[in-house]
Amino acid sequence: MTATPPPSLEPGDPRPPLGAADLAALWEQMLVIRRVEELAAKAYTERKILGFCHLYIGQESVAVGAAAACEPRDRWVTAYREHGQALAKGVSPRAVMAELFGKATGSSKGLGGSMHIFDSGVHFMGGYGIVGGQVPLGAGVAWSLKQLGTGAVCLTWFGDGAANQGAFFEALCLAQLYKLPVVFICENNAYAMGTAIERASALTDMSQRGLGVGMVREQFVGFDVEVVRQRVGAAVDFARAGHGPVLLEIVTYRHKGHSMSDPAKYRPAGELEEKKKSDPVLLTESRLRDMGMDDAALEAIRERVELVAKDAYDFAETSPVPDPAHLYDYTYAPARSE
Amino acid sequence: MPVIQMREAIRQAMAEEMRRDPTVFLMGEEVAYYDGAYKVSQGMLDEFGPDRVVDTPIAENGFAGLGVGAAMAGMRPIIEFMTFNFSLVAYDQVVNSAAKIYQMSAGQYRVPIVFRGPNGYAENLGAQHSTSVESIYAHFPGLKVVCPSTPGDAKGLLKSAIRDDNPVIFLESELMYAMKGEVPEGEHTIPLGKADTKREGTDLTLVTWGKATHACLRAADELAKEGISAEVLDLRSLRPLDHDAIFGSVAKTHRAVVVHEGHAFAGVGAEISARIMESAFDLLDAPVLRVTQRDVPQPYATNLEKLVILDTPRIAEAARRVMGRS
Repeated sequence: MTATPPPSLEPGDPRPPLGAADLAALWEQMLVIRRVEELAAKAYTERKILGFCHLYIGQESVAVGAAAACEPRDRWVTAYREHGQALAKGVSPRAVMAELFGKATGSSKGLGGSMHIFDSGVHFMGGYGIVGGQVPLGAGVAWSLKQLGTGAVCLTWFGDGAANQGAFFEALCLAQLYKLPVVFICENNAYAMGTAIERASALTDMSQRGLGVGMVREQFVGFDVEVVRQRVGAAVDFARAGHGPVLLEIVTYRHKGHSMSDPAKYRPAGELEEKKKSDPVLLTESRLRDMGMDDAALEAIRERVELVAKDAYDFAETSPVPDPAHLYDYTYAPARSE
Repeated sequence: MPVIQMREAIRQAMAEEMRRDPTVFLMGEEVAYYDGAYKVSQGMLDEFGPDRVVDTPIAENGFAGLGVGAAMAGMRPIIEFMTFNFSLVAYDQVVNSAAKIYQMSAGQYRVPIVFRGPNGYAENLGAQHSTSVESIYAHFPGLKVVCPSTPGDAKGLLKSAIRDDNPVIFLESELMYAMKGEVPEGEHTIPLGKADTKREGTDLTLVTWGKATHACLRAADELAKEGISAEVLDLRSLRPLDHDAIFGSVAKTHRAVVVHEGHAFAGVGAEISARIMESAFDLLDAPVLRVTQRDVPQPYATNLEKLVILDTPRIAEAARRVMGRS
């Protein structure tokens, strides 16, 4: 039996603060996400990427801060706006971009596409396309992590739109009942497709949904990557210690439309410009300058990121398409030889 | 060989697999402290404890999805639906998650899970507790669908289903839980996708599965009195489908009637009928007929229910028609 659970997460900053070099590494990760996605948007307009393509631009601090709070053994399960989360968890930019291009070298060999990125090597357990459907999966992953005694935690991601789905609520009920090591992260980016949060829910603090099942919850603004790292860290520590699940709502903002086909005309005039003042990439850049990093050091990082993003694009473009001979290979798993 | 009830055979399969493999667990509504709504899991909580025989709240979508996630992360859940009618609340998790994750991840994540529970009508349960779900699961590549007709088959098929690395829909029957039959003790597995000839015949083939198998056997008895020799082919698995057994039997009898519970419209019988027509047309001496439940939601009143469900006279009548004797 675990001790009586503490009533709330450890307040403030449970982790030691980051020095300039470590913070610069997180800034670099955020820049990689942004540049990879900007190139993905370009490729989409060139019809090299097809179907649905949901960009994460503006939300980078959330995935990168959360990854900095986790251990490599921790599992992530998420929704379909997941390029940034995949990159933050350690899926290579090449594998992500090639998947978007529908190439054999992609993270799912071109079978998944933008919404279904998986990489078992880094425990990235999928992007899913049915809003809220992945939330019970995350509870189930945590079930096995607990029963198998792994000491790992499952981060289960979704948006503010999913917080209205029944699957989300059922997952909260089960995770709390069974005291599962799962951190539910609601990324509130203000819009479920084109519906503003206040037009979809009478209660706009989605973290309060946790109160109905007795779950520890917290809402905070997530533009500052260090704040995300600290508060997700507190939640991950709580879950890893065996105290049960946590529901976090991280308030953020997406700069682009719901998908590439959405011009986002539902935004009030001036809202995007106002929100861009808290662009997480610029915020961290400014912090790095305050910590003494000069233009040359920042520019060196930018150049490195540019090479990584360009390399991913070129790799995807020059990779082969999937071989039709393998079309049926992944419908059923063959028996393992015992 | 011991003669035991179907519910005991299913329990034996689960308990043996749980002893064999510590990652197997049973989860569902009333499976633990209540001993199972139909006493299938009776006594299992005592042997395996609450971490492996797990009661859930009434949240099918949630616990079906939990099972899929647990399967991805290294365990082998058996998810019991109190009835498959309730699985419709969890349909998204079975169809969009369980069936597709192996493909969407290009083989990186397997989903070794069994969804099991009673399917089809029982008696006087009304429209919402009488659904036959096989066609709505068999439709999807990525799922396997199994429906046993005897206790022995149930044990052998369930053990194979639990060991399978794919999601398996395992369809039982409330009316068959008390049915007795010979069941081998200990290791007894039947491969998924293998039909079984429950009665040999030469004049026509009754292609069937699950509870309907017994209606077909009764019809075959009736037909024998008229000099018609009916073969009863119990498919046992609908996905994978044993084409060889179907075509092999039709090659012998040249006539087929597909008999199943549930509705004819877009049912599995339509699929089998089409496949016989596509691949064995030249073997046929008569059109393939289907006998199914009638095309209405299940009524409650006994007299109306009897009109709707499968019965022996309707099966026999279809057999006479393909024989040109009606």
